[in-house]
Amino acid sequence: MSVTTAKRPNAYVGSPVERVEDLRFLTGRGEYVADLTREGQWHAAVVRSSLAHGRIVSLDVDQALALPGVRAVLTARDIGIVPLIPLRTGLPSYQPYAQPAIADNIVRYVGEPIALVLADTAEIAEDAADKVISEIEPLPLVLGWDQSVNGQILLIGDTTTNVAGRHLASRGDAAAAFAKAPYRRRETFRVHRHMAMPMETRGVLAEWDSATSHLTVHGAAKAPYFNRKSLAKMLNMPEASVDCMECDVGGGFGARGEVYPEDFLIAFAARKFARPIKWIEDRREHFMAMNHAREIDADLEIACTRDGKLLGLRGNAYIDCGAYIRPSCITSVRNIATFMAGAYRIPNFEVYGTAALTNKTPAGGFRGPGRYESCFFFERLMDIVADDLKLDRLEFRRRNLVTADDMPYPLAKLEPSESPDGFLDSGHYPATLDACAHEFGWADKLKLNGTVIDNLHHGIGLCCFVEGGAAGPRENVRLEIESSGDVTLYSGSSAIGQGLETVMSQIAADALEIPMERIRVLHGSTNLLHEGFGSFASRATVVGGNAVLVAAKTLLETVRNAAAERFQVSPEAVLVANGVANASDGRTLSFADLGDLKLKAEGTFANSKATYSYGTAMAHVAVDATTGFTKLLEYQVVDDVGRAINPLTLHGQVIGAAVQGLGGVFSEDLPYDENGQLLVGSFAEYVMPVATDYPNIHATTMEQYPSPNNPLGAKGAGEGGIIPVAGAVGNAVAAALAPLGVTIRHLPLTPARVWELIQAARA
Amino acid sequence: MQIAFTINGAPTAAEAQPRVTLADFLREKLKLTGTHVGCSHGVCGACTVIVDGAAIRSCLTLAVQADGCHVTTVEGLSPSGDLSPLQAAFRKHHALQCGFCTPGMLMTLHALLTDEPYADEARIREVLGGNLCRCTGYIPIVAAACEARIAYQGAKVQP
Ligand code: FES
Ligand code: FES
Repeated sequence: MSVTTAKRPNAYVGSPVERVEDLRFLTGRGEYVADLTREGQWHAAVVRSSLAHGRIVSLDVDQALALPGVRAVLTARDIGIVPLIPLRTGLPSYQPYAQPAIADNIVRYVGEPIALVLADTAEIAEDAADKVISEIEPLPLVLGWDQSVNGQILLIGDTTTNVAGRHLASRGDAAAAFAKAPYRRRETFRVHRHMAMPMETRGVLAEWDSATSHLTVHGAAKAPYFNRKSLAKMLNMPEASVDCMECDVGGGFGARGEVYPEDFLIAFAARKFARPIKWIEDRREHFMAMNHAREIDADLEIACTRDGKLLGLRGNAYIDCGAYIRPSCITSVRNIATFMAGAYRIPNFEVYGTAALTNKTPAGGFRGPGRYESCFFFERLMDIVADDLKLDRLEFRRRNLVTADDMPYPLAKLEPSESPDGFLDSGHYPATLDACAHEFGWADKLKLNGTVIDNLHHGIGLCCFVEGGAAGPRENVRLEIESSGDVTLYSGSSAIGQGLETVMSQIAADALEIPMERIRVLHGSTNLLHEGFGSFASRATVVGGNAVLVAAKTLLETVRNAAAERFQVSPEAVLVANGVANASDGRTLSFADLGDLKLKAEGTFANSKATYSYGTAMAHVAVDATTGFTKLLEYQVVDDVGRAINPLTLHGQVIGAAVQGLGGVFSEDLPYDENGQLLVGSFAEYVMPVATDYPNIHATTMEQYPSPNNPLGAKGAGEGGIIPVAGAVGNAVAAALAPLGVTIRHLPLTPARVWELIQAARA
Repeated sequence: MQIAFTINGAPTAAEAQPRVTLADFLREKLKLTGTHVGCSHGVCGACTVIVDGAAIRSCLTLAVQADGCHVTTVEGLSPSGDLSPLQAAFRKHHALQCGFCTPGMLMTLHALLTDEPYADEARIREVLGGNLCRCTGYIPIVAAACEARIAYQGAKVQP
């Protein structure tokens, strides 16, 4: 690992501190939602639609109910007025397309919940679910964005279009720029449907306390406070009567921790029957029930001078959102438009993002939403142009990347939008390009580009990217000194496997000047703080971490005042350092000495300005033209994250995300047939990277341009590892196959697809 | 039916339904929830435990098949309570993020390195090829395994 870090003696922040969480995970003492059990709990199984679009004629639950051990079967009729799952956007156009908590009369994708079976054991519940007989009358299908947009078949009653939202990102005057541009090129691209696929499936355990009419829902993640609000609204309960509890979480990647239909159904059942109800998703249903992602088609036109100065970009991106708009889906729609050319200075810009409904599993956020895809589209387009105009690929990019002189650089203006206009905050983007070229050895490898060695076609490619992070609005933290003198940190952020406890401890330990071992972090559950926001959009470290700084400052002030009172001196005469309050006459009081006072302090950090990490990735591939198989020989990414709180965990996230992104490029795919049936349902068919696939991944982190938008100087950095993967690798494969006349415009690059492209070019 | 076996060094006897898997039996009956279930289909390896020295998928094994066997789970890897050399190497190399695949990774590697303490990196990768991790990209897991080899080499001479 290489990390360029300014030396900060005796500081945790910036050091590769081993993780606090690891001790329990390594010894089997983690506690994931499936590990929880409650006395008298019932188990739930979900009955799902086997048709992609249809009208429910009848649901016969008698045979299921007749099985010994079955307690109840719930359908839409038992729910009454079926609530819609609230969106994380207030934009009105999206609201009618929110997902109902259970299919009400119409089913719109294979896997949509139509009934919930409750039984004494999970096995009985599953057996009974098979015995619920549904009669569904098929309706005509919408299976692609183009068919969706033409609107001949409408998916949601009382609407006049399948387009849930359309956003324009604009800057300058694209029409004028294109009218007089010396060079233009228009291309279409596509990224296919795949998904986050964390190793732990979802799960919910809901408990109802009749005495206090209180609902507790375990298994929360990502945004527990927002989710509590949503659940309370759907259940028609006061928010204070619902708590969402976080356990250890087996991976989030943007998909876990949204409110899904099952969260409501299990909670509803717990309240209705005053019983603990447990539901653990099985892997097969995970494929059809959890958010899908990434299926975007783009039609883009670029304008530039013949020597490679970018003048304009315009076009359309169509997001296949599936059957409903899920809470976070709009993020990819927004991002694909705003960040279509994220790292580059393009004076005239006009890109539309269109959210189109189809009869497939609803889509939502997956690490780097809209950005992974846009990097593939735009960086492919850059290489096509470079090839056309005989430009050096590095020089073409260097010439157009945003520089330190441009900062703060205004993002394209997005309409409609609920967020204020944004700016790239700091950095010099050519710096990571040059650093990456150096680490990767671009100049040397360029000699191999386009050559054939031992029947393998070599290619190299690159991609420049930005990663937005640290989304507002704010985060809250409370610090409390325990009687032992140790400090408990309550955070509104959530842990999703990213090492939150460690990072928060590091920041608090430095700010309070005490050893990290004396800090205990509790997080995520809604009973800890009055308000919290969570972990999404790479925000926990930046927003939550800065809130720790604020709380620590107040706590030290509180300690000083309390010590002054004990010493009977004025606060100004007390110095608090290294966890000890010192009077000028030499008397001292430790945190433990003050432990009986239960001193505490709260801190809030609010920010409306996002941070932008940025970087460059380069890839070297060798493609076997006889099999279509691509071997990734080397992959290097260099990013500047402003300030790395923990280089060890950061590096781990970048490498892990890169491999995740490679799965999307080469093997992961969620194909549907013409009946709207999802064709994969197990890891045997959905091929994810394994240990033998990608051994040569290198990541280098720089800290040259801290963010001016927060005291830590940190930038969100949980997603940067995945964003440039398809762009860099796609360009490398394209470069390898260009001599064969193959152009890469679509993902995935599975051996079968690459082989077909080669055959088609030869024909 | 009644089964008897040794779990993490301690003799145990319990009633097991014929259809219950070893994974569910360990998790539900014995409350050993360190063994995770990621797929139930024998593909992800999260449920890997060691039975009579061999790493096996407890989601594909029936509890009754463990009758008379020695079973080791992640809870039994470090009886002293300290981290074993393999576990410590995982921590040092940041070979885990969410921790969900980790018990299966540890058991797979523990079985491998016990048998083949001189396994080279390619062999380690090959054997790990049966365990999925969605967080780490495997590189730090392989690094941790390579480092931990030396702790297993004591008794065995290099072949
Ligand atoms: S749970 Fe056994 S292999 Fe996946
Ligand atoms: S650490 Fe999360 S799946 Fe491996």
